[in-house]
Amino acid sequence: MTHEQPAPQARIRTWFPVVRIGLLGGVVAVYLCLVGIVTTFNERPLIAGVLSLGEASLLLAWIGAGYLAARRAPGGTRPAEVAAGGLAGGLAGSLATLLVLVGSVVDLRSVFIHASPELYDLLTFGLGVAGSWIPIAVGALVGAIAAVVVALPDSLRRPLIGGFTAVVVMGLFAGLLRTPMLTSPLSGLARFLFAPDGLTVAGAVLVFVGVAAAVAIRGPLTARRRYDALPDRTRRALLVPALLVMSLVVLLFPISFGPFLAQVVAIVAIYILMGFGMNITLGLAGLLDLGFVAFFAVGAYTVGLLTSTGEFGLAGWSWWAAVPFAVLFAMAFAAFLGLPILRIRGDYLAIATLGFGEIVRILAGSDLLKAWLGGPQGILGIPKPIDVPPGHLLAGPVQIYYIALACAAMVAFVAWRLRASRLGRSWMAVREDEDVAEALGVNLVQTKLLAYMLGGAFAGLAGAIFAGLVGSIFASSMQLFVSINVVALVVVGGMGSNPGVVVGAIFLIGLPELFREFSEYRFLFYGVALIAMMLYRPAGLLPSRIVKRELSSPEELEATAEGGTSSPRPAAS
Amino acid sequence: MAALLEAKGVTKRFGGLVAVRELDFEMEPGAIASVIGPNGAGKTTFFNCVSGFFRIDEGTITFDGVPSHHLRPDEISHIGISRTYQNVRLFPTMTALENILVGEHQNLRATWLGAVIGTRRQRAEEVGALEEARRLLDFIGLRGQGDILAAKLPYGDQRRLEMVRALAGKPRLLLLDEPTAGMNPAETGTMTEFIRRLRGELGITILLIEHEMRVVMGISDRITVLDYGVKIAEGTPREIQGDARVIEAYLGRAASAGGGGAQPAQPEAAPPPAGAS
Repeated sequence: MTHEQPAPQARIRTWFPVVRIGLLGGVVAVYLCLVGIVTTFNERPLIAGVLSLGEASLLLAWIGAGYLAARRAPGGTRPAEVAAGGLAGGLAGSLATLLVLVGSVVDLRSVFIHASPELYDLLTFGLGVAGSWIPIAVGALVGAIAAVVVALPDSLRRPLIGGFTAVVVMGLFAGLLRTPMLTSPLSGLARFLFAPDGLTVAGAVLVFVGVAAAVAIRGPLTARRRYDALPDRTRRALLVPALLVMSLVVLLFPISFGPFLAQVVAIVAIYILMGFGMNITLGLAGLLDLGFVAFFAVGAYTVGLLTSTGEFGLAGWSWWAAVPFAVLFAMAFAAFLGLPILRIRGDYLAIATLGFGEIVRILAGSDLLKAWLGGPQGILGIPKPIDVPPGHLLAGPVQIYYIALACAAMVAFVAWRLRASRLGRSWMAVREDEDVAEALGVNLVQTKLLAYMLGGAFAGLAGAIFAGLVGSIFASSMQLFVSINVVALVVVGGMGSNPGVVVGAIFLIGLPELFREFSEYRFLFYGVALIAMMLYRPAGLLPSRIVKRELSSPEELEATAEGGTSSPRPAAS
Repeated sequence: MAALLEAKGVTKRFGGLVAVRELDFEMEPGAIASVIGPNGAGKTTFFNCVSGFFRIDEGTITFDGVPSHHLRPDEISHIGISRTYQNVRLFPTMTALENILVGEHQNLRATWLGAVIGTRRQRAEEVGALEEARRLLDFIGLRGQGDILAAKLPYGDQRRLEMVRALAGKPRLLLLDEPTAGMNPAETGTMTEFIRRLRGELGITILLIEHEMRVVMGISDRITVLDYGVKIAEGTPREIQGDARVIEAYLGRAASAGGGGAQPAQPEAAPPPAGAS
């Protein structure tokens, strides 16, 4: 079917994908401009005086267009690849040019408040309409560069991409890394690498060269392979010090990085605790509980009422005395909610629990219960678990971090023990096929209720710790979003996998807390991240062993499952 | 001898459709009995009634003298009735060993607190359960393959695994729903032999639904024939083969031509797609 010389029309057709990618990249870039990401992020430098995060986001869209276009280049020859990259990048840039031109004629600000003069200045290097060609030129340039990178052999491409990524990441976290480094023996290095915000130029060059060289010499991939090639005993011997170092870092983290980070990691630890609990209800028993926050609220309010020194305090107990009751009440509450609704299956259960979560939040904030729960004013004056003067090592969120971490470890232990027991197996069986499990003698209501109650108990514990962290509770803290966060971090991390929960919590809770200044766009990134996850890593970032095995060879699975086993995946909702 | 399973006047309706009508059925301990009949005759519905999936509308079912038709499936399992499914229903993302361990569930006692603390009794029980599961794996020739995910086993192994999962609870009555569905003649032969071994070595009473005449005629002590939810014949294989109503309703020309009923009454339908039932 191949012709010696394809008709000109056909030859043009082969460029369509490239054009489409270019236009898509352009749309993404213009979108970033119009929702204000580019201008907002422009205030955060990556490399001081050279490149801001806003500019970087714009460039990334164009680079992405060039990179993807080069891989779809017709013919696949090197000049064609570079041309495709340049074309796609230029096309992507041209949409930004169009934006500048349209903006100079029509006042876009009445609709898009972020289409400001600063945006146009940023796009045209301050030249206004006269510089409207600049986005096209820059887009084409970075697109072509991306295409060249595509064409490079692996041994060059990997270091380049590694170095580039390292600069972006270091630039992003510059502020966080700089503060603790300044008070350590590394203060000289900190001053050389970091400007008050972002990397210095010299620092950026050093990071780029350093990481690129490291990747080039013995890439992380070869290191991994070498590690795998080691005999079992050596590997185990290496594992112990590695774990020791890791736990030391985990333990010293909040102390060395200051109160703000301590607060962030304390919240992350609380979510890890809830994620471990959710791993039992959702990961093991397959019950999608969107009302997790209800138990969180019960735990928090129990602690609040029992310990508060304020208006609504009932007992004035210490935090430690109140926690067991918080857990017990949350568990009892879970039983109370669970009994009527656990006969419901799958998606319907999620909706029912969703309703309960909202009911609890609205009740807690209502006038009806205002006399007891404080309504919107909430409960104030909850003491810290450990009473130390300000300035002490354990003051503030640091102690909460340790408590949450210890509790999370306990929950992980419980989950691990249960998983390998008669109960864990019956939970998994119920998750896989309720009818069959029941026919094998598993009492469905009892089994599900226990999973639900344990999840509720851990959520209550998390709520109790949260009350200790914040020192006050408001009904408005009990948002539906808490439940969704917990489910999302379990799904992102990998269902049923506890290391996955840790990674998921760091990504979904920790990172957004760190970039509070961009909180307006938090949900945007959240959504993009979740969609990307579902598309490219449906099993999660760190899937559990079983899920990994299961997804590893779908063809094989289908071949053997043609006999008609039931659904090949647990509720993948 | 007193009947182990006894159904009297069992009727099950779905809306206006009567799936099983006034069925009387009796089965002695230690027997292998078959229920046969054309598609839609109500065989699987009868199974579902016995195993507690369906509530019967009229009649009684007693197991070992105890009325069982009002019990939940898990309670039925506890009194000693276990079953397999027409289209294999293992727990696909659990390992072969775990599947069997779930089958042992009803004989284990561990509480959640005991499991968390790891009491000596709980650990001993767990060790015993694992031993038993391995023994059952050996029994179906899967020694050392306990860590394979159930969904990845070959089809025949999946069938046998499903059977020993049902056996793991130490039932007295095993219901097999078309154990040779989707198997080639060689596999069917192995399966027939396997069912015989079950009774011979474990002394379990077996009730099976089967399409494959060779299997039914070869191993059944008694055969019950259903058509449109009504029992039209009952007796030994020889009696059934000679029964004019059965031949007319079910075996048809295939039987008269083959004489010995060695041909399958109808071509084996492909197993239905996942999750069909």
